[in-house]
Amino acid sequence: MSHATAVQDRPTPPTGPAPRSGLSSRSLPRLAPVGFAVVSVALAIGISLAAGWHSKVQWGMIAALLFLAISYVATTVVENKRQAKDRLATSIVWVCFLIAIVPLASLLWTTVSRGAERLDGYFLTHSMAGVLGSEASGGVYHALIGTLEQVGIATVISAPLGLLTAVYLVEYGKGSLAKAVTFFVDVMTGIPSIVAGLFILSIMLIFEIQPSGLMGALALTILMVPVVVRSTEEMLKLVPNELREASLALGIPKWRTILKVVLPTAIGGITTGVMLAIARIAGETAPIILLVFGSQLINANPFEGAQSSLPFYIYEQYKIGEAASYDRAWAAALVLIAFVMILNLVARGIARWKAPKTGR
Amino acid sequence: MASTTPIDTPPAPPAPPDRKERPKSTGRAGDKVFVGLSRGSGILLLVLMASIAVFLSYRAAIAISKDEGNFLTTFDWNPAGDPPVFGIAVLLFGTVVSSIIAMVIAVPIAVGIALFISHYAPRKLAAPIAYVVDLLAAVPSIVYGIWGALVLVPYLEGLNLWLDQFFGWTYIFEKTEVGVARSLFTVGVLLAIMILPIVTSVSREVFLQVPKMNEEAALALGATRWEVIRLSVLPFGRSGIISASMLGLGRALGETMAVATVLSPSFIISLHVLNPGGGTFAQNIAAKFGEADEFGRDALIASGLVLFVLTLLVNGAARLIIARRKEYSGANA
Repeated sequence: MSHATAVQDRPTPPTGPAPRSGLSSRSLPRLAPVGFAVVSVALAIGISLAAGWHSKVQWGMIAALLFLAISYVATTVVENKRQAKDRLATSIVWVCFLIAIVPLASLLWTTVSRGAERLDGYFLTHSMAGVLGSEASGGVYHALIGTLEQVGIATVISAPLGLLTAVYLVEYGKGSLAKAVTFFVDVMTGIPSIVAGLFILSIMLIFEIQPSGLMGALALTILMVPVVVRSTEEMLKLVPNELREASLALGIPKWRTILKVVLPTAIGGITTGVMLAIARIAGETAPIILLVFGSQLINANPFEGAQSSLPFYIYEQYKIGEAASYDRAWAAALVLIAFVMILNLVARGIARWKAPKTGR
Repeated sequence: MASTTPIDTPPAPPAPPDRKERPKSTGRAGDKVFVGLSRGSGILLLVLMASIAVFLSYRAAIAISKDEGNFLTTFDWNPAGDPPVFGIAVLLFGTVVSSIIAMVIAVPIAVGIALFISHYAPRKLAAPIAYVVDLLAAVPSIVYGIWGALVLVPYLEGLNLWLDQFFGWTYIFEKTEVGVARSLFTVGVLLAIMILPIVTSVSREVFLQVPKMNEEAALALGATRWEVIRLSVLPFGRSGIISASMLGLGRALGETMAVATVLSPSFIISLHVLNPGGGTFAQNIAAKFGEADEFGRDALIASGLVLFVLTLLVNGAARLIIARRKEYSGANA
């Protein structure tokens, strides 16, 4: 897993950061890229101010382009063309990274800073019953209940289903059926959430079922099962064969071997997979719009009547379009992100803590 | 990775039971039940996939049979009208164009980030960055949606004007209508941001699997770091990059909320991607669902069926490419 590091392209690795030997030709000082960066940023700001552009995005792009040009030319002149290309590639890779950081950091920062304005105990413990869109009150309690129930039901259905399918694929599966299941599980991971919603909707239309939290949960199940199967499968494959063989050699039936040896060994990874799957479906909005309908009131019964859910609540508040509702949307987004991130962090923590010891 | 099955490896001399007979060989009731259960759930998944196709097609057929317009070429969505008229031309166009924009922006940057993590970042930084990228893949799309609508749209206005000013001659970037940047281009940018993490993490996994020997051989011949990447990493990872991009494309095609919040929809086809307007399958379903009666819902299901087939093709192709190199299967989806 070791990566090529800055040391590797120097001819004498063991001596550490020794200066270039007489064998190599002229080279730029190590801090040259920093210098180029400063110069190009300064130039970019200068050009932009002179031309009267205001968008900071533009400033950044100009600075990045200038940086690439300056370092390429300078390296070609001082060193040679191959080194220049190498430096160009390094710069481009760094620029890619920085470009990607900006929106993602902005997303997290906006959500946290805007969400924190409105997020408090009141917000978490009150519903939107009787609250006008433009009023600065109300909360997410009903949506929280909805999300927890729908996700809970989906988990109760998909965890066993996914687990058993993965056991089949790894422990029993051979031949064309297993191949078909593997392929379609893979394809299922790519089903857009809105299509899963439409599928349940078509069933509801045929059997004239009214919208409820359960219907939403069924659509979420379709999205969750393949994720659980995939991750469980990977984990079961990591269980060393010696364990299975030792157990079978003692005359233990295969099903007990799986239950008592294989699954306990992989349980950490399986838990992680299930939690990551929960985190993924907790943020799904589209099926909820189609199947659960949304409600301003607290409805704790997922089997009857419209419910709300956190992502749906965010969408609903966004669509109202008032300052107060935007605040509520951001606060709910913060709650949702916190929920998802905590699940992720805990899941990955479990994975690290319980990782099966493999030979690699 | 450990080998797939327990039976494949054992060189055990005392006549191991033949692999095909294995599940049957122990006649115990527990085994039978367990095999039945686990195979049953596998079959259940296949049935589920099939029934998705069947149910969607059934309702779609009802809708399309009553459609007075041409389902493929009509530029309108009015299933409640007196002759009901609706067609997917605009939606197909919008979906494909916004996804292509997303791919053009996201794939090179994602490959760059993947290379950054696998080959360029200071080693202490690489692991945390990879971790953060994986976390970002978990941010719900509705959050991207409101961020896109409330933060990104105002931000991109400057860029739009700039593109129009300097690249207006390309026709594509010509902005003929004034208005906020709720255009297919903005949608494409937002989708690009959304699929960056998934494309990055799959590509990175592929890059980390490049045989160390190949890289070291290139280094030993005096290659610079870029030459190592060009000569050994990229050729090895090409199929991985392609499949990663297609997984990202699959996500972009089916994305609902981010498009529904950002785009201001209209039923026109225009290659001026900076103009507000257009629509995508998923966005149209989310937007039109509230006002739709039963027939209107069938019409939406019909458009969903097309989206389903589209994503099925893209994902299936991606998976086939991955399957050719089994080791990459950790798609982390």
